[in-house]
Amino acid sequence: MTGNLLEIRDLHKRYGDVEVLKGVDCTMAQGDVISIIGSSGSGKTTMLRCINMLEEFQGGSIRIDGEEIGYETAGGTRRRKKEKEIARQRAMTGMAFQQFNLFPHMSAAENVMLGLVKVKKMSRDEARSVAEKWLDRVGLAERRDRFPGQLSGGQQQRVAIARAIAMNPKLMLFDEVTSALDPELVNEVLQVIKDLARDGMSMLLVTHEMRFAYEVSSRVIFMNQGRIGEEGNPREMFLKPQTERLAEFLKTSTFN
Amino acid sequence: METVTFFETLWLARIPILKGIGVTVSISVLAILVGTILGIGVGLALTYGNKPLRWLVRGYTDFIRGTPVLVLVLASYYVLGTVGIDLGPFQAGVLALAVFCSSHVGEIVRGALQSIPKGQTEAAKAIGLTFPQTFAYVLGPQALRQVLPAWVNTAAEMVKASTLLSIIGVAELLLRTQELISRTFMSLEFYFFAGFLYFVVNYGIERFGRYVERKTSIPS
Repeated sequence: MTGNLLEIRDLHKRYGDVEVLKGVDCTMAQGDVISIIGSSGSGKTTMLRCINMLEEFQGGSIRIDGEEIGYETAGGTRRRKKEKEIARQRAMTGMAFQQFNLFPHMSAAENVMLGLVKVKKMSRDEARSVAEKWLDRVGLAERRDRFPGQLSGGQQQRVAIARAIAMNPKLMLFDEVTSALDPELVNEVLQVIKDLARDGMSMLLVTHEMRFAYEVSSRVIFMNQGRIGEEGNPREMFLKPQTERLAEFLKTSTFN
Repeated sequence: METVTFFETLWLARIPILKGIGVTVSISVLAILVGTILGIGVGLALTYGNKPLRWLVRGYTDFIRGTPVLVLVLASYYVLGTVGIDLGPFQAGVLALAVFCSSHVGEIVRGALQSIPKGQTEAAKAIGLTFPQTFAYVLGPQALRQVLPAWVNTAAEMVKASTLLSIIGVAELLLRTQELISRTFMSLEFYFFAGFLYFVVNYGIERFGRYVERKTSIPS
């Protein structure tokens, strides 16, 4: 074992004839907060989705805590792992989505409890107290019995983050979690993520919020046309971009 | 005078009429039950099946849906016999209606499942649920709510379609009514009365559907 929490080696992903990831390498240590930036179509969301096998990938490998995700190679042939095994591996990461994707027929608390009861096999009482703890952490203790349709976008996204994090994942994946929110609701969600970062949660964020990426990340990855264009600490990246592509990208991004 | 004789006749004929209602309800309940169970299978196959299975089931539903129910009823009674499957009129009729029902329920189930945003499945996967769990706790409950109004419609259609079994001699409500009319010549009164009874049954189904819809509606 290398001691890396996440290790991506030569990741290739194709949709039909279009190669969206053309060999991505990335390692991440426990407690790292990495922001992935880049223009749309650069492959940043796809990369994130490969890590929990929401996307299949055709080449390369992804390891979390040394465990190979999604595929195994035996006798020279690469095989997709069994569905049940993949489900178990998915629970090693938590994911928050752009569109929240809360389960509309369940209250906030039930949304958080579902995975705890069905995947972690907790009793309902135990799950309820864990759910309440996390809903409290994201500032929604009083709204635990509300349904998603009764919550604002920002509140829904906070419930969705609580749902993911309550599963106690080794790594949190955030996929443009503020992109679908009204501007005035963005901050309450970013604040929750900052708190988690301060607590030492390892996370990988795809984001368009440049200032947030700058403030919260220990490292920034700039994706460009399916490859990592540039990476480094946020200060260097944003103030002294090494590549023309990144400089151009930063020029067109709003930094507020 | 006319009305008095109608009610007198009705009273005298109460047993056959009640039996007719009993048969109509039995046909309907069986056809809806079997048709719904089959239909869920059809819907699942259409949504999640692999290509050959989807094609096969698609062919089945398109064929059944494009065929008049009466033809299905007649085929079930007369044609199945020629290939050695000998069913009585009641079984043959129920089979035909159940098959018809399954193709409609199948389409309804497919539509409901496909209307659920992909993000729901992804969110379920992301917390580590297996597909059966995702179906049981996330997709199924949402689909069920979507299915309900259309399913109530289909159920009411089945009750109405049960009248077609009179053609192959099943003594359901319509056939009993016709027998009564052929004896009393009170066609207007008894057709109207039978129509009223069908309405009562279907109205009951509709109210029940509304009730369940209200009970299971998602707060927003």
